[in-house]
Amino acid sequence: MPRPGFVLDVDRSTPPLLFHHGESLRLEKLPAGRSRVLYPGEPLEPLDDPEGAIRHALANPLGDCEPLRALLRPGMKLTIAFDDVSLPLPPMRRPDVRQRVIEAVLDLAAEAGVDDVHLIAALALHRRMTEAELRHAVGDRVYDAFAPHGLLYNHDAEDPDNLALLGTTPHGEEVEINRRAAESDLIVYVNINIVSMDGGHKSTATGLASYRSLRHHHNVATMLQSTSFMDRHASELHHSNWRMGKVIRDAGVKIFQIETTINNDTFGTSGPMSVLQKREWEWSARDRASFVAMKAGLDRLPLKARRKIFHSWQAPYGVTSVQAGEVEAVHEETTRNVLRQQLVEVEGQTDILTMGLPYICPYNVNSVMNPILVMCLGLGYFFNMYRGRPLVREGGVVIMSHPTPWEFHPVHHPSYIDFFEQVLADTTDPAEIEARYEKQYAEDEWYRHLYRTSYAYHGVHPFYMWYWGCHGLAHTGKVIVVGGEPRSVRRLGFTAASTLQDALEMAGDVVGRDATITHLHNPPLVMADVT
Amino acid sequence: MKALVFSRKPARYAAAMVAGSLRPGRGARYGPLSLRDVDPPDLPGPGWLRLRPRLSGICGSDLATIDGRSSRYFEPIVSFPFTPGHEIVGDLDDGRRVVVIPVLHCAARGINPPCDMCRAGRINLCERVAFGDLEPGLQCGFCESTGGGWGQEMVVHPSQVVEVPDDLTDEQAVLIEPVACAVHAAGRVSDSRVAVIGAGALGLFTIAALRSLARPSVLVATAKHPEQRRWAKELGADVVCAPGELDRAVRSATSSFVLDNGQLTSGVGAVVDCVGSEESLAQGIRVVGPGGTVHMVGMPGVTTLDLTPVWQREVALRGVYAYDEHDDRSHDFAPATDLIRELDLGRLVTATYPLARYEDAVDHAAHAGGRGAVKIAFDLRSERTAR
Repeated sequence: MPRPGFVLDVDRSTPPLLFHHGESLRLEKLPAGRSRVLYPGEPLEPLDDPEGAIRHALANPLGDCEPLRALLRPGMKLTIAFDDVSLPLPPMRRPDVRQRVIEAVLDLAAEAGVDDVHLIAALALHRRMTEAELRHAVGDRVYDAFAPHGLLYNHDAEDPDNLALLGTTPHGEEVEINRRAAESDLIVYVNINIVSMDGGHKSTATGLASYRSLRHHHNVATMLQSTSFMDRHASELHHSNWRMGKVIRDAGVKIFQIETTINNDTFGTSGPMSVLQKREWEWSARDRASFVAMKAGLDRLPLKARRKIFHSWQAPYGVTSVQAGEVEAVHEETTRNVLRQQLVEVEGQTDILTMGLPYICPYNVNSVMNPILVMCLGLGYFFNMYRGRPLVREGGVVIMSHPTPWEFHPVHHPSYIDFFEQVLADTTDPAEIEARYEKQYAEDEWYRHLYRTSYAYHGVHPFYMWYWGCHGLAHTGKVIVVGGEPRSVRRLGFTAASTLQDALEMAGDVVGRDATITHLHNPPLVMADVT
Repeated sequence: MKALVFSRKPARYAAAMVAGSLRPGRGARYGPLSLRDVDPPDLPGPGWLRLRPRLSGICGSDLATIDGRSSRYFEPIVSFPFTPGHEIVGDLDDGRRVVVIPVLHCAARGINPPCDMCRAGRINLCERVAFGDLEPGLQCGFCESTGGGWGQEMVVHPSQVVEVPDDLTDEQAVLIEPVACAVHAAGRVSDSRVAVIGAGALGLFTIAALRSLARPSVLVATAKHPEQRRWAKELGADVVCAPGELDRAVRSATSSFVLDNGQLTSGVGAVVDCVGSEESLAQGIRVVGPGGTVHMVGMPGVTTLDLTPVWQREVALRGVYAYDEHDDRSHDFAPATDLIRELDLGRLVTATYPLARYEDAVDHAAHAGGRGAVKIAFDLRSERTAR
């Protein structure tokens, strides 16, 4: 029986705690008597028979929806859309659950005589997936059967000929999605939920949308009203997507939603990485030796070699649930399963929130975690891993540990470089950035070209990263980056500290010397239910 | 009188080259520049005037000369020994406070009829700078006959002096000559999208002049140091970036595409290069658009450049030197004076030194940007000879 997540009060006997630090790791001692650690739950038991669970879900849909088999008929247009390379993190060891689901859907389609099938990576404004990444997600068999015929491809949010405007929400939000999907008799959406933000109407309304549509909820005002964006009911981001979902449904677009959840088995239960998901005081002598050897080895390697090692890691996640059917009914069940793994009750807020940022976030798979992504991961994703109230109190301090090098992947993140060099040099205020610069970047023909033909994130994407962190930015009094390159940390508008102790001293100037500290021991993923 | 004198001493010149390459400005210590007691220059002819400098600025071309970086092109159009200094505000014997137009053109040289360029008012392009009544010298400050601003006295032709309005301080007035260079450069630019490379004194004055006179819709500028960045913004640059970021900034400002070699497919209509290095010129060629112009305002030297894109994209490389007279016989000094007054550019005179501390002054000027400084000048007001 896996143990749930919990909150540890730090005392003198608490050993140094693991902090992820980009492509490195640190052990840090937190002050006794005023610190606590939020630990993730141990990996839930996976499904014994994922294929069986998938077949069962397709045959027993949730909500007002017929079984998939009943929705399939000869001559129909079927589009299978699936989550892109940003999920899950790290990538899943083969077979990816998307492959399992898609194969099951295709089997049913073949049985029903459906021969007009397209598979679309629902990447919104993310970079296009490479062949290797597509093969990993859908499997070689599916890839070889569809891709050579142009039937498996990446969504293109800038292809005017392949977008369809379906209508406008009562709030004036334009809903424009992939034309092939919109004109299909059925969209089957294949999702992986690693956090509660994912899935639901967001799958189609965001994943297959255009900039014209996305800008209505990927903006500063929406993100400031999403407290947090991991809690659908308190998230304006989700409210907007749900409104768009209604427009899609009312336009006659039929969606059969398939959502899957995975457990916290991020680093495995054996092997050198397994120590990263154990609780420090339970480390055996072998674990300690393994950690010391791994850290020493990593620290001797150049950054590129370390990056290669970390990015080659594929997690042995277990599938914990599969649900299919009507979007909202499916998503309710999915969210319940995500929270079953990740949610931990926490009493009260803290003055200082610490976090060790790992080498990966949704937007640097096989890529570089540039400073903007550091901000997004820390103040966006990690900060928002709460329900109820933020873990850190208003005006409190966030301390993130990451080397934050001034480094960008030139192919994946070209507009990020300009954003960092030009926009952040001018201002870090999200609203000002949005007002003064977003349009220029969003409509830049070069970025558009790179997004459509190369492997670049859309020109506007760094703005969204900044907006993702704007609630955290507005909420906190100070952000300190431990071990961060001072030049890039300054450009972000944050403060660099050499050590955690220095950072805690600096934080003390803001929140007092006896400030309480909470460490978010993440990853594996944990979400705080703050009362 | 006291004057800094630059002599023709090959060994010293070689030492300056070495020292200057190790640390800019160090040529002042080891090179052929020295503080000496010399006789005031003779008046070269009737009508000439004696001038006692108040302030005299240190220019990029002075630094290049001191550090032995100047092109040998100049050899026939300078005469040794000379006293440097061509950014000058000083007093005439009749009490008038004037600034000097240092170009030694036909009128100053007693050449009549004047050359075609001088007749057209383009005195900066005078064809006779090595001839006439004076020793060779393209300007005061490079001519043995006239002396220069870095001495207690010099001589000027009446055609070279412009009276300073009473409301202008000496610090403002000493900038009229370099700002006139910037005004002249701005007059060459009519494009709506412009990039200025360099935010030293000349770069900053050029930004100010462009914003005030050419009014481009987008003005991108490079600045190495935080204080330069601040000034560039204040004086009118829309985008200020580090030198290494210019390509990306221009690309972004012009929505250009990029070729594999980094060459932008589009670019700004005009680049104003206020640095004059091989790197800055190469960068200028990369970011200028097809049919555009790279204006070389900073003094270039011997450089190696791939000019293929200049050919293929019909880019013009255009020198911009000094200033000229306008049709109404006024010259760039008038708008320069207005600009200085309007923007209170006298604030950019960051430090002044007595002649005796010339090594410190040159060192400061050579590292001005990094020290938050813009224009360094010699202050001769307290060390005048008794008359």
